[in-house]
Amino acid sequence: MTSNVSPVSLDRATPPLAIELVGIDKRFGDVHANKGVDLTVRKGSIHGIVGENGAGKSTLMSILYGFYEADRGEIRVGGVARRIRSPGEAIAAGIGMVHQHFMLVEPLSVIDNVMLGAEGGPRLAAGARQVRARLAQLAADYGLALDPDAIVGDLPVGLQQRVEIVKALVRGADVLVLDEPTAVLTPDEADGLFRLLRILADEGKTVILITHKLREIMAITDRVSVMRRGEMVATLDTAATSPAQLAELMVGRRVLLRVEKAPAAPGPVVLAAENVVVRDARGTARVDGVSLTIRAGEIVGIAGIAGNGQSELLEALAGMRPLAGGTVALEGRALSPAERDPAALRRRGLLHVPEDRMRTGLVPAFEACESAMLGFQDERRYGAGALLDRGAIVSDALERMEAYDVRPRAPLLKTSKFSGGNQQKIVLAREIERGPKVLLVGQPTRGVDIGAIEFIHRRLVALRDQGVGVLLVSVELEEIMALADRILVMCGGRITGERLPGETDERDLGLLMAGVAERAA
Amino acid sequence: MEELSAAIAVFDSGVRLSVPLLFACLAGLWSERSGVVDIGLEGKLLAAAFAAAAAAHATGSAWTGLGAGVLASLGFALVHGFAAIAQRGNQIVSGVAVNMLAAGLTALVGNAWYGQGGRTPALEGAARFEPITLPGAEAARGIPALGPLYADVLSGHTVLVYAAVLATLLTAATLKRTRFGLRIRAVGENPAAVDTAGVSVPALRYAAVLIAGVLCGFGGAYLSLAQAAGFLPQMTAGKGFIALAALIFAKWRAWPALGACFLFGLLDAISIRLQGVSMPGIGLVPVQAIQALPYALTVVLLAGFIGRAIPPRASGLPYVKER
Repeated sequence: MTSNVSPVSLDRATPPLAIELVGIDKRFGDVHANKGVDLTVRKGSIHGIVGENGAGKSTLMSILYGFYEADRGEIRVGGVARRIRSPGEAIAAGIGMVHQHFMLVEPLSVIDNVMLGAEGGPRLAAGARQVRARLAQLAADYGLALDPDAIVGDLPVGLQQRVEIVKALVRGADVLVLDEPTAVLTPDEADGLFRLLRILADEGKTVILITHKLREIMAITDRVSVMRRGEMVATLDTAATSPAQLAELMVGRRVLLRVEKAPAAPGPVVLAAENVVVRDARGTARVDGVSLTIRAGEIVGIAGIAGNGQSELLEALAGMRPLAGGTVALEGRALSPAERDPAALRRRGLLHVPEDRMRTGLVPAFEACESAMLGFQDERRYGAGALLDRGAIVSDALERMEAYDVRPRAPLLKTSKFSGGNQQKIVLAREIERGPKVLLVGQPTRGVDIGAIEFIHRRLVALRDQGVGVLLVSVELEEIMALADRILVMCGGRITGERLPGETDERDLGLLMAGVAERAA
Repeated sequence: MEELSAAIAVFDSGVRLSVPLLFACLAGLWSERSGVVDIGLEGKLLAAAFAAAAAAHATGSAWTGLGAGVLASLGFALVHGFAAIAQRGNQIVSGVAVNMLAAGLTALVGNAWYGQGGRTPALEGAARFEPITLPGAEAARGIPALGPLYADVLSGHTVLVYAAVLATLLTAATLKRTRFGLRIRAVGENPAAVDTAGVSVPALRYAAVLIAGVLCGFGGAYLSLAQAAGFLPQMTAGKGFIALAALIFAKWRAWPALGACFLFGLLDAISIRLQGVSMPGIGLVPVQAIQALPYALTVVLLAGFIGRAIPPRASGLPYVKER
């Protein structure tokens, strides 16, 4: 007996596998989203999956969760091949998923949300008692405290995410997949989440973390897999890799993670806001007395968690929302309400790259060349009258596509057919080529891949160096830290602090973003 | 005393007039709580009223008529469900199609079968639902105020009136206390949450749309077998739309729906009562002005006297899985 090497001892030598994906292949029409992808995830580990947008990470995980069925390939859970054709079958196989956009029913209570789909019988009362007991137990075991009767829509996002995690655990998930879980969290909340994931992994649960933030991969994962254009290009031990190596694997070439820029040389104030108040349809003040100045030749960054008034401020400055109070001055002259018309502002050199390019930046159903001149269709170069000069529109678009490396260079292709990064370049080119004095930029790299991010960042810095005043609103702290010459932090519609990038760090900004650190300022 | 008996008569008539509204309103409630907008309530009522009258005429049984009404309404509900759920079509367009189809088909078939300008022959006896006297109604009549209220307003209705109240109770309890109700509430707000929880979105929505079909069947049968004695062309007269207004007024909840429908029924009853009556200081009010009263009040109420009425978030949106 002792002389034989039994299969059992072999198993001890290599850690047991929680999930094996073998040759997963999936097409959506022309798009080959997953090309024969293999992935093995060890039990009790935190496994990161990184890749650019459109690399196929989310598709792969949707296949694992039964949201889509793979065209080819096999899924093994705990060594056993399983067919997973629906989320219900994934849950039965012990797989739980926390989606990037929470799958919660906001008007319902925590307990109703946790029970949904696992009610334990046709009448709710009995199941509710059991779930209540489970919630108490999870709170004791993992520190996942939640008020079962709270309405989910009233909870802060950090707690909503906790509801999602609890949902998965209550259903007996052994494998927890999290899709971009920190996109909506403050740095502090993210740290709390990571501590929790580590506890879960130590208890023997397996965690798969999809993210595009390399910092998180380095901080929390045991192993990391990199995807590029639908293929799995590498799986590495996190301890044996570096952000630079991962970035190179993701993009397929060397990438500069830091933006290189000379110190700013700010000139006169080009845009000044004084006690600006913006109210929403219900009369709530979304922007509550914000004052700021932007000088020529500097980038002012506004950091903050999404939904703290940055979007409303940006839209108010661009003339898209009425002011409920305060004034805005362009180049030293206060603007009257009539002058705050967006078209008039654009003519005076205040240009705007909106946050939501699909809704306000472009018309997805238009040809790229049409999207590339939206807002300027009344100008003489495009015909200036009843008829548009198609030739000028197409040749202008093509010229800019060259200059901004928009791919494919197809002015007649529908805007929606371009990738996020290329759409963003179309918007940027349209606004920048107009020669702005002030450029308002919202979330310039949301849904944009690393290669295009690098390009967009360099372009914004070049613009600053030409003497343009840039206001950058972004929920990506790294982006703000890398680009801004001055950082303003917004929370609850107010500016909670101003910092110079050299004199602050993510922790400091995170506290300002949470609105708890004004006293420390 | 005369005022009291007049008031009681108006209340009694208000109850009768609110019943088809209530059935349609509860139908809309089920459908919209599951995320399917149903503008075709009117058409389903009409189709059910015709089928009920025709079947009751043919068999002489009101219960057979009710069954036929429910089946006809279910058929239209399936058409709407197929368009809205399986084909992810525009729910307003599909609902309008149901209304037009029902209006046209009932007139056409009615004329072809009976040749009476779209009417069905008058129904009598067992082909109609007869009023039921609640126990002790006659004995209670002697008690001042409360007696006539019980004997004339609560008692003396057809079985369908009591069925409408029961349907309200069942709707409220099912939505609040059962697994099915929780899933319906969830699927109308965020179908993706239901889908990722491993529950079929189309199955839930079909179930809700079919429940709506059954309820409209009852409402239509009430019109032609209890309120009237046979089918008249366009006899629903916009009740399906008033029911939608009542649904918004009730903020998509069952008991408030009963209240809202009773209010609209009462207004209707008052407008009938006031016809030809000389008002002090005004004189004889034109009939048209009085008939417009319920509709005018609908507009006024909906224009802002009920606070914010927030529909189920996914209402009207076909569910498509996102990549």
